[in-house]
Amino acid sequence: MSTELYNDGPVVHQPTFIDGTSVEIPELRILDQDGTTYPNADLPDIDQASATKIYQTLAFHRVLDERMVASQRQGRLSFYMTALGEEATSVGGAAALQPQDMIMMQYREQGALMYRGFSLENFMNQLFSNAEDLGKGRQMPIHYGSKALNCMTVSSTLATQIPQAAGYAYGQKLQGLDAVTLCYFGEGAASEGDFHAGLNMAAVQEAPVIFFCRNNGYAISTPSDEQFKGNGIASRGVGYGMKTIRIDGNDILAVLKATQIARAYAVKESKPVLIEAMSYRLGAHSTSDDPSGYRTKEEEAKWQSHDPILRMKNWMLKQNWWDEEQETALFEKYREEVLAAVKVAEKIDKPHIDTMITDVYDVPSAQLQAQLDEVKVHVKKYPEAYPFTAGKF
Amino acid sequence: MAQVNLLHAINSALDIAMAENERTVCFGEDVGHFGGVFRATSGLQEKYGKARCFNSPLVEQGIIGFANGLAAQGTVAIAEIQFADYIFPAFDQIVNEAAKFRYRTGNEFNVGKLTIRSPYGGGIAGGLYHSQSPEAYFAHTPGLKVVIPRNPYQAKGLLLASIRDDNPVIFFEPKRLYRASVGEVPEEDYQLPLGKAEVVQTGTDITLLAWGAQMEIIEKAAQMASNEGISCEVVDLRTILPWDIETITNSVMKTGRLLISQEAPLTAGFASEIAATIQSECFLHLESPIARVCGLDTPYPLALEKEYVSDHLKVYEAIKKTVNF
Repeated sequence: MSTELYNDGPVVHQPTFIDGTSVEIPELRILDQDGTTYPNADLPDIDQASATKIYQTLAFHRVLDERMVASQRQGRLSFYMTALGEEATSVGGAAALQPQDMIMMQYREQGALMYRGFSLENFMNQLFSNAEDLGKGRQMPIHYGSKALNCMTVSSTLATQIPQAAGYAYGQKLQGLDAVTLCYFGEGAASEGDFHAGLNMAAVQEAPVIFFCRNNGYAISTPSDEQFKGNGIASRGVGYGMKTIRIDGNDILAVLKATQIARAYAVKESKPVLIEAMSYRLGAHSTSDDPSGYRTKEEEAKWQSHDPILRMKNWMLKQNWWDEEQETALFEKYREEVLAAVKVAEKIDKPHIDTMITDVYDVPSAQLQAQLDEVKVHVKKYPEAYPFTAGKF
Repeated sequence: MAQVNLLHAINSALDIAMAENERTVCFGEDVGHFGGVFRATSGLQEKYGKARCFNSPLVEQGIIGFANGLAAQGTVAIAEIQFADYIFPAFDQIVNEAAKFRYRTGNEFNVGKLTIRSPYGGGIAGGLYHSQSPEAYFAHTPGLKVVIPRNPYQAKGLLLASIRDDNPVIFFEPKRLYRASVGEVPEEDYQLPLGKAEVVQTGTDITLLAWGAQMEIIEKAAQMASNEGISCEVVDLRTILPWDIETITNSVMKTGRLLISQEAPLTAGFASEIAATIQSECFLHLESPIARVCGLDTPYPLALEKEYVSDHLKVYEAIKKTVNF
């Protein structure tokens, strides 16, 4: 029963207003774009094997995004979203966790799934919403998820995963697990009421959750200065009484370092942490968006020079952990694999018509069964109008 | 068996659920040490600890978002929304998230362990925001179950079934009856089935259908009608979604007449769904139009509450009109 906090601060006798700049928030940067590390920097826990895995995941991400945008342009795919320029945030975040930790994504964090081993086939089956998709072809492309990999299935509704992450983490804590929940969201989603709800509940309930904000400058066409007037998202963490850090999101070593420390703290103290990763959305918001309508080529070119994958490659080369020959071979291999997987996935059947009513409840109700039966009679009557399902039940 | 009120029955159900599974938690605004503004969670924090029965910050979308996460994690989450009138900030977390969780993930994840409890309904001079009956909003949402008990025995049995059901359930508690409704309730564990209506009184001339606190209204009207020689079959729907079409159809096939009464406004209330379905299922058996006795299509008023509500006199008049059609 504590209300004494109200009198904790200094007392003044003239009106003294503070503003958003009163709290200075430094940005953690460990790796320079040329691949050198800053002399006084604390390096994350990383060796050649883990660095190689991270780098290969980043490369795969880049290839998958390029190929799938091309597939969407060819009309083979209805929709796609790249994470161009932000790959280090998702891959680095996942790499700092343990496999038992839950990851909740917004939709631009496919890199986390890749790092955890979501197979190329799994990606393809979801993108082509075929019968092999873990989600049974019900959601739009890029709404991935996997129970086996502890990656919560994506939903389109922005920020709803934030209070859910707080609850999920609280459940992990109640069970006494050595596990945290990491929750990704963009700076636009942080304007939703669920951001406030989730951070406040996590702080009050002391849930071991890492809130990971990708501040990439834009929410579709809305630049961040039309999204908020405070000092980014990080300044809000302090207001909720939460450990908070701002990092260079294009610096894989900064992402790793901050997330590794956040995880250790969240588990040990059972408290939430907020990480704000500064980055830039180099690609369009989605394949339904054209950024040339709201930003300049010059701005994009400036951020091209901060490419997180190139930055890590430069570091790997300097470490003598990687060479150009490996680089060429890796990208070629991934391009071939992705192309081959597209050809397989697009030929797999659509999900069976019966899956339309399963999983609404644990068991379909009598009403649902009756509705499905009616649809089946109808499809049989007009088979040419329903080519995917007619004749398959 | 002890004579207890509806609040006590709910408290007993929560106690049993928390005792049987250490992964069961109860939370919401003022739910902790204070035991809830209606005292439904009284004593639970003392018995099971602050980690399992606790106050949440005052944020309904946070309560249900947090509960969704807990349930997805495998914890049995029993969330309280202080008044059903204040469930709307959580509408997105309920409709877009909880209801669709299992479907959209292909059953990779689910929130079957979620139960949302909330006091609903009028008759307590609660005005616009302490009187609403929002069940029809949720009845339009595949993936949810919506349950409303009418007395202490029903409340305990249906709440335990709701908590153990492997789907997200909204459990609306008739707050007007919290202390007013007293009845025999076994101290031990028992369950009543979800999705099943209950024929409370058999009759031959007309079927009267309602749920929750409205049950005692139609029972009173049925008594008045019986004094006039009209035999009413009285049915408690109990579960709004998915509802028991079969029991209602069988009853109307027999009586040939149906009157549905609800506290909520008429237009697009759940009575409309029932009327349309029964008209389709029992067309050749109906001897009169299906009657709906509901609240007016206005916000819930304070001073004119008596005139607004679908009381026993309005139901009684509608029974006579339907039988004499």
